[in-house]
Amino acid sequence: MSNSASDLPRWMDIGLIPLLNLVIALVAAGIVVAIVGQSPMEVLSSLVKGALGTQRGLSYTLYYATTFVFTGLAVAVAFHAGLFNIGGEGQAMIGGLGATLIALWLAPMLPAWLMLPLMVLAAALFAGVWAIIPGYLQAYRGSHIVITTIMFNFIASSLLVYLLVNVMKPVGEMNVQSAILAASATMPSVHETLAHLGIKWSSSPLNLSVLIAIAASFAVYLLLWKTRIGYQLRASGASQGAAVYAGITPQKQVLIAMACSGALAGMVAMNEIAGVHNKLLPDFVSGAGFTGIAVALMGRNHPVGIVLASVLFGVIFQGGSEVAFEVKDFTKDMVVMLQGFIVLFSGALAYTTAPLVNSMYQRVRRSTEQRSKDAANG
Amino acid sequence: MATSPQSCTAPVAVRLSRVCKRFGAVQANRDVDLTVAAGSIHGLVGENGAGKSTLMSILYGFYTADSGSIDIEGQAVQIKNSHQAIALGIGMVHQHFMLVDNLNAVDNVLLGVEPYFSLPRSQAQTRTQLHALMHSTGLFINLDSIVENLSVGDKQRLEILKALHRGARILILDEPTAVLTAQETDQLFTVLRRLREQGKTIILITHKLREVLALCDTVTVMRAGQVVHECATQGATVEQLAHAMVGRALRAPASRKQSTHTAKVLLHAQGLRCTDAHGVQRLRGVSLQVCSGEIVGVAGVAGNGQTELLEILSGMRAPAQGQMDLETQHFDAAHWLTPVTARQAGLAHVPEDRHERGLVMPFGAWESAVLGYERLSIYSRGLWLKTRAMWTDTDALMQRFDVRPVNPALGSAKFSGGNQQKLILAREFNQSPRILLVGQPTRGVDIGAIEFIHAQLRHLRDAGCAILLVSSELEEILALSDRVIVMNQGQITGELPVQDCNEHNLGLLMVSQNASVPSEVST
Repeated sequence: MSNSASDLPRWMDIGLIPLLNLVIALVAAGIVVAIVGQSPMEVLSSLVKGALGTQRGLSYTLYYATTFVFTGLAVAVAFHAGLFNIGGEGQAMIGGLGATLIALWLAPMLPAWLMLPLMVLAAALFAGVWAIIPGYLQAYRGSHIVITTIMFNFIASSLLVYLLVNVMKPVGEMNVQSAILAASATMPSVHETLAHLGIKWSSSPLNLSVLIAIAASFAVYLLLWKTRIGYQLRASGASQGAAVYAGITPQKQVLIAMACSGALAGMVAMNEIAGVHNKLLPDFVSGAGFTGIAVALMGRNHPVGIVLASVLFGVIFQGGSEVAFEVKDFTKDMVVMLQGFIVLFSGALAYTTAPLVNSMYQRVRRSTEQRSKDAANG
Repeated sequence: MATSPQSCTAPVAVRLSRVCKRFGAVQANRDVDLTVAAGSIHGLVGENGAGKSTLMSILYGFYTADSGSIDIEGQAVQIKNSHQAIALGIGMVHQHFMLVDNLNAVDNVLLGVEPYFSLPRSQAQTRTQLHALMHSTGLFINLDSIVENLSVGDKQRLEILKALHRGARILILDEPTAVLTAQETDQLFTVLRRLREQGKTIILITHKLREVLALCDTVTVMRAGQVVHECATQGATVEQLAHAMVGRALRAPASRKQSTHTAKVLLHAQGLRCTDAHGVQRLRGVSLQVCSGEIVGVAGVAGNGQTELLEILSGMRAPAQGQMDLETQHFDAAHWLTPVTARQAGLAHVPEDRHERGLVMPFGAWESAVLGYERLSIYSRGLWLKTRAMWTDTDALMQRFDVRPVNPALGSAKFSGGNQQKLILAREFNQSPRILLVGQPTRGVDIGAIEFIHAQLRHLRDAGCAILLVSSELEEILALSDRVIVMNQGQITGELPVQDCNEHNLGLLMVSQNASVPSEVST
């Protein structure tokens, strides 16, 4: 036990080590950039400038981050119940279906202040129920949740395409998409909202869903660590035996966790459909469900970490496309590689640096102890 | 220190000299000398934590001694790992078997020592060798069955075969009979005697003194990391060895203070039956009563239904048949109690396995300290946890039960075994239970904590609680109980007041084959 990361002070465990991993990932990516003949510093600076340097860039970064917060939280809640939910992608799609259906039905009749909460509920309900099915199969039928959630991604995708092509596509429409939603089903964008308040801000897809993301992070924190539901969910995830002993039914906890997890993934619909597209598209999630896994890994399944990791991934998404645009011979694939390195070093190899940091920390501590002892003796 | 007569005449197989081993603050072995004559069966006895297993782990290369020397068959050797030990002809059969459950017997023996690149060819050769070994030793098992389908006795025979197949001339057996029935024990002893005739040297780690006297040629007694007694078993008595083992005469049970039990039955279970996932009957009609102000000890060899009994009485699983009354509440198999209703009825449970059940290891102590009671209004309001109340209560519990360090934030896994156990006891005692089920309260707990835990249990008993104590330590049963129930193969084979108990009659009840079966007939 002496060389595990958990012996480190908390600030090292959740601050220093992730930072160190990020630096290693950047160095590794920099080496590859140098090999293809580009200047790593130039790429890095235009990446950071593109993502954070302008109002527009910052807004795009936060818009991407919003989606990642939802999918990251979804993975984290399931993780605390001992489940690996790979199905965020499909759950987000079905959430989008729910939000679109209720908007197509009610948006022409209802004002935005009523419509948007209803869309939130519908997205959460559809996605939650979609996630409960693999949860049920895991809890009561013993089908492994990793397998079933992966399969449910494919089912969700096919279902969405089928419904769009055969049922929801308006007559005469060439593209595979639903009808445009009525205006009351639109999440106000940040630049418009700020304009109402008299602040000028460049136009971007960033919308008020970002507030839902912040609220969701806080709610997940409260749920997991301040309520009995979270206590029982974590107890059951950490030790089934102890849960049974305490009178907690692990099967029920699986259902609760998957429902919450799915509902969170479903919130992607608010950012993408209500916020940007105003219609249901077959690929509106575009891999965010999987990025959420990396986000949750990097954020150590804690809401604060997930928000930070989401912003980091937002920076890479937004900055990466800027770099691809500005730097010659730097393609989108290089951005994917950079993401890959970050996931590799921060997620999969998260604890590789821990023993090194720990031994250095112990050495420093011993020498300071020795010094204070010497000081006390002398 | 008397040396055994054999060691003067016969060649020496193992000689350990002045072996010391320290783990942190614990001196597990202190200047241990041990001489084992070739071709003999040597018993190594002592209480839990006396240092027997550490000493044998040093011999088998799991640990290296801090100081001291090892001679094997007259050669001074350094054993750094178990590969070297095996090369020197040392084999070990662990208490927890080191077998791959989803491979068959041949593959398990083969694993790691495959003679050829071609697996079928290796298997064929190993199979032939094993057949020869089985005939020469009398250890017969079905070589084709998957290990998880083998009985415990078969797994043990396979472990011995594996060690012999690797050329073991010195065989270490760690508590081999702890999991065996009496019949299997007899078979094992026959095999071990046969191996001795074939010139093998056997070291038997145990704390069952009767077995030592029945089987061994010489015996070494360890206590607190040191050798305290060494003698030939001929002429030795159980009393003499027991005295050496515990460092005092076993407390005469009759001399203890009579409990103030009022004969009000708080827990009354009848005809409990259950089967496990493999369809094996684990409980065959168990009936028992526990009264206010008494401790009822359940004695028995581990694995004879005690675990299932605790799980059923605490509501963690329902029995196939049977019923139970807790004071005025009645439960039957179809409507069994749950852990939640059990706690509401004032039934607390200290589980046998504190790692798997008693605590949630990744939780902080303050979270583990309310496990099972998180629904109580003192710990939650609506759905919200009262984290401050949890914290202050944990702090108070830790002070009261001397849990060290007093740090509610520390992870449950970071406390020592004794302190984890004290935290669990503190939690369960805190709700002033009417009935307490306790499983193995002092397993893996250091001596100081044992005294404390025993004192707390007596204190609770004197306050009128009905306590059911399951322990595989006979001494603990004898020291704490007012009444002793003996379980054997899922049945109660005897019940007697503690005054009438001794190691001999309890031991007989624990292993007797022709268990009386009145409960079997009645249902």
